[in-house]
Amino acid sequence: MNTTILNLLTETRPDVDFSESNNFLEEGLLDSFDIISLVTSLDEIYGISIDGEDILPDNFSSINSIIKLVKKKQGNE
Amino acid sequence: MNLKYKNKKITGILTVLPEKEVKFDDEIDNYDFRRSQSMKLKLIMGYDKRRVVEPGITVSDLCIYGLNHLFDNQLLKKEDIDAIVLVTQSPDYIMPGTSYIIQGKLGLKEDLVCLDINSGCSGYPIGLSQAFMLLDQDEINKVVLLNADILSTKVSINDRGSRPLTGDGASITIVEKDNANNTIYGTVNSDGQGAECLIIPAGGFKTPSSSETAVLEKDINGNFRALDHLYMKGDDVFNFVQTKVPLMIEKLLGNAECNKNEVDYFMFHQPNKFILKKLADKMDISYEKMPNNIVEKFGNSGSVSIPVAITFNLSEEFLNQTLNICIAGFGTGLSWSSMLIKFDKLDFCKLIDFK
Repeated sequence: MNTTILNLLTETRPDVDFSESNNFLEEGLLDSFDIISLVTSLDEIYGISIDGEDILPDNFSSINSIIKLVKKKQGNE
Repeated sequence: MNLKYKNKKITGILTVLPEKEVKFDDEIDNYDFRRSQSMKLKLIMGYDKRRVVEPGITVSDLCIYGLNHLFDNQLLKKEDIDAIVLVTQSPDYIMPGTSYIIQGKLGLKEDLVCLDINSGCSGYPIGLSQAFMLLDQDEINKVVLLNADILSTKVSINDRGSRPLTGDGASITIVEKDNANNTIYGTVNSDGQGAECLIIPAGGFKTPSSSETAVLEKDINGNFRALDHLYMKGDDVFNFVQTKVPLMIEKLLGNAECNKNEVDYFMFHQPNKFILKKLADKMDISYEKMPNNIVEKFGNSGSVSIPVAITFNLSEEFLNQTLNICIAGFGTGLSWSSMLIKFDKLDFCKLIDFK
């Protein structure tokens, strides 16, 4: 999952090296439109629908937080 | 707040959209999107085409055009109108109310209630609520509910958050007394603490428009916007909608003792495709029962978007069937409102172009 999400992030922002970042949002690497794109890709790839209520900046600050969000949704379905 | 109305019905819906169509592809260079991001967002959000008024066209022009269409086609008689309720956030003037302008230009009778309501995306159910309340009066038998906005004129051309979605339009809904002993259920909710999430900061009495309020400034997302322009705090509005709307609908259906499966269509305000799909997923409602195609075809015209969704997608069904419809609006205020209505066959249900 780690590699898939890193690839998705790189597809979203080809100009950024996410592996070097500690916090995507604090460093300004993702904006709200990037997050919307990312959510749509995660929904498609993992066959889930991430809850609108969970589309919060904190859940997209790192690869680990994104993995946690996907696993939470997978656990609920 | 839970609301109930007895012996009221909707008998016709007409929407009027400006003929001028603007395409996202033609405006991409105005926005601070990366090219690949633009193309992906086009699909996800529904950025495509939107209808906007030509300079100088006002809300009263759109409403009068639609009302004349109804008069000319014998779908409405001037003398039968007992009240005009206009829901708009883009009035012709600060004073007088635009409903008076419409009454005057059409030469409607003096024995008439004219009422303007300042409401945005939740304004269709809010306007219907007001129309239903007026119908409790003995001398009011027919109310014309007008929803109209031309907010494309108040959005910065460099604001990627709002501009690609904003459209203009008007709708006319005829509301009458009914003796079928039916009940319409509704809810209205407000949270003024979120007032600044969707706001035009200048142009009112608090901050009158001036040369200073027209100065474009860059925000952290790269948008250029002035205080005279519409501002939407997109993240906060998104989370507000996803949190409040499912609970509101659950409560509405609970009060009406109606199972979700007994609702034929969920006709919700059309802010963008992504929000609506997320709502449908959360509420476990199919996309067929909750249409989300209006923004991509016409833009988001505020309180007009629900009538547009009805007249564009379902006019044949509304003309030929009885339908159990849940409507919901949500947005500026912040406010969120809903209704559950059993529709009889409508006398008219159509969309026309303003020429």
